[in-house]
Amino acid sequence: MLTAEDKKLIQQAWEKAASHQEEFGAEALVRMFTAYPQTKTYFPHFDLSPGSDQIRGHGKKVLGALSNAVKNVDNLSQAMSELSNLHAYNLRVDPVNFKLLSQCIQVVLAVHMGKDYTPEVHAAFDKFLSAVSAVLAEKYR
Amino acid sequence: MVQWSAEEKQLITSIWGKVNVADCGAEALARLLIVYPWTQRFFASFGNLSSPTAILGNPMVRAHGKKGLTSFEEAVKNPDNIKKSFAELSKLHCEKLHVDPENFRLLGDILIVVLASHIGKDFTPASQAAWQKMVRVVAHALAHEYH
Repeated sequence: MLTAEDKKLIQQAWEKAASHQEEFGAEALVRMFTAYPQTKTYFPHFDLSPGSDQIRGHGKKVLGALSNAVKNVDNLSQAMSELSNLHAYNLRVDPVNFKLLSQCIQVVLAVHMGKDYTPEVHAAFDKFLSAVSAVLAEKYR
Repeated sequence: MVQWSAEEKQLITSIWGKVNVADCGAEALARLLIVYPWTQRFFASFGNLSSPTAILGNPMVRAHGKKGLTSFEEAVKNPDNIKKSFAELSKLHCEKLHVDPENFRLLGDILIVVLASHIGKDFTPASQAAWQKMVRVVAHALAHEYH
């Protein structure tokens, strides 16, 4: 469960990502498509070349949603309710893929934050991304 | 048998060249114990694991982390022979240490984050992809002799 300290670490660390939402989001997606090619099966309608407008746009969307989650970390279920519905009834992305994207988001943060991505921040983010993933999957059945 | 392209092999050795094995190994194990505290179940004899600071400074954690990543070197040097190289270690982790192979996958992902934080932008998406494959193959090899 997310402690008060975790929430503080997440919010502090997120300030560094906040001004790079499109860039970090796009990079996370590119890393995911490169390391886990099976994830591309959810995007047959996208131009998946690195730097594509669609990847940049989608990356911005994903990080924007995470920003919202960070702001509403005490109330994730409610704050993400629409996205939960979307993933459960429309997108139906197999939840195993949330772990893969979470790993890539963490790698992006680690690449850009270097030593500032301390073990404590790493642990807090891992918990946070797990919680977000659980909320996204909670209406699946 | 796992196939490695020339590019993958090159990316793997190039990243390995930037790695301080002792530091990255120690840090990866410490982070495993911090991020997934239930993994401490295997290290009851390691002394003080009561806080992230204690874990990071714990000399047994540092030594064991270094040991783990050093054995990884065999995979980096001989990527075409990983299953065979890790057969004995696999038996050990099953028969003596009783480690759930899921932990190998967790440690692999943690190692990737450590590499990313140490190497920065040079840890490109293609480098990450090659290394995710490497840690997956090693985890699979470590689980292969389980019975």
